[in-house]
Amino acid sequence: MPVIKFIEFDGTEHDVDADAGMSIMEVAMKYDVPGIDADCGGGAVCGTCHCFIQESAGPLPAVDPQEESMLGLRPDREGNSRLSCQIQVSDSIGDMTIKLPEFQM
Amino acid sequence: MNNRADPMLADPLKTPLQDLDVSDPRRFEQDCWQPLFKRLREESPVHFQAESPAGPFWSITRFDDIVEVEKNTEIFSSEPTIAIIDPPPERRSRMFIAMDQPEHDIQRRAVQPVVAPKNLQEFEALIRQRTAEALDALPEGETFDWVELVSRNLTTQMLATLFDFPWDIRHKLSDWSDAVTSDERMTAGQGLKQEDRLEIVMEILEVFTKLWHERVGDNVESFDLIRLLQRDENTANMVDDPMNYIGNLMLLIVGGNDTTRNSMSGGVLFLNEFPEEFARVKADRSLIPSMVSEIIRFQTPLSHMRRTVTRDTEFRGQHMKAGDKVILWYCSANRDESVIAEPETFQIDRSGVRNHAAFGFGIHRCMGNRLAEMQLRVVWEEALKRFSDIQLVEPPTRLCHNFVRGFSRMPVQVTRY
Repeated sequence: MPVIKFIEFDGTEHDVDADAGMSIMEVAMKYDVPGIDADCGGGAVCGTCHCFIQESAGPLPAVDPQEESMLGLRPDREGNSRLSCQIQVSDSIGDMTIKLPEFQM
Repeated sequence: MNNRADPMLADPLKTPLQDLDVSDPRRFEQDCWQPLFKRLREESPVHFQAESPAGPFWSITRFDDIVEVEKNTEIFSSEPTIAIIDPPPERRSRMFIAMDQPEHDIQRRAVQPVVAPKNLQEFEALIRQRTAEALDALPEGETFDWVELVSRNLTTQMLATLFDFPWDIRHKLSDWSDAVTSDERMTAGQGLKQEDRLEIVMEILEVFTKLWHERVGDNVESFDLIRLLQRDENTANMVDDPMNYIGNLMLLIVGGNDTTRNSMSGGVLFLNEFPEEFARVKADRSLIPSMVSEIIRFQTPLSHMRRTVTRDTEFRGQHMKAGDKVILWYCSANRDESVIAEPETFQIDRSGVRNHAAFGFGIHRCMGNRLAEMQLRVVWEEALKRFSDIQLVEPPTRLCHNFVRGFSRMPVQVTRY
């Protein structure tokens, strides 16, 4: 079971055992990690589950055009920005360290 | 709630669907629109109507279908307009809500900082103070209009702040907001004639062009919308393209005003219609943020957005042609029982309360959604501190409009603690 370390903007850390098959967003919701809103429930159509992937053991899936459109509107976008609803936890990606942004919008 | 239907309106359940005008604004005025949209979701979720005051159009009424259309911006374009009616080409103002990528992103990014949550934190104290003042000034023991003294008053103040607009003439902003969404073809003939509307649009342009020139290069540290446009290199010369400037002004005036105003009024109505929910939030004010999302869902202050088909396509088995209008009925999505349990019930702590359609989806999702939620949250936090009751005295008067879902009058009496 991969371990995800969520780091809130203020530095608070949450280590959780993530179920393979769930999205990162769903894992954060399941364990009540604050900082992800996920207004649209996982469709990559609201942009409110933005996160920064600081580290991942294995390679991440590519950003598709829909995710790219939503990320493109984030004023705080970085090179490692992703929508957490678009990455499924898996053994091939493995453990991850994820920073959460200051705000969702 | 649905018993005041105009006998002149066709029975939405007995009339053949092809004989019904889905866009008839009187159904919204009389709040009897729900049965027709339920029937559409069940019988004809992608529905073609050959004739209407706005010409032929498709109606999309299911939640998931609306999400699909909004994602597919290549086939379902926001250009040339997101309104059901087409302005004549020579009067086509250009606003970023009615642009596709990449131009949309460039213009939206320029003004987005005004509603970035960091900026909102700074606004919150100011909003709370003004809200407190407005609520403290309300009369007790007599009937007054919540729309005028609370909703319109507070949202006009907020809009004036966002534009750093001259305070003494701020009422013009809400008058303009009413005017630019007013059109006789969207309001069963009650709205403005096109010529009269144009005159008001020209007045807006004149006032804001003057403000632009007064502010150019003044180096004032302000996050108002005009200076944000001036500071971004992509929009720094927008004043030289008046159709683009006026388009975005109208967008920001309506987007920052009508919508929140009507949700602010709607909340009073819903708490009166569902008194057990009123009692719950009075007993537990931590429910307010969740209630705010539910108010926005239940009100759905803009009933729809329009897209235009860019090339012949098939959607859910229906053949759409390039140029066809597609109306995304957010009000229907927000009552879609396949996504929202008991959608006709106002339930302030429902699960997934934020997952509603009122802000739209995709790149055009409401830019000011966090500001709207904050304004509504502060109003209810301050109102519930002061009032043990906000009693609706008579049924409200609703707008006869197929785009803006709202109220012109909400007569209430308040009881203070």
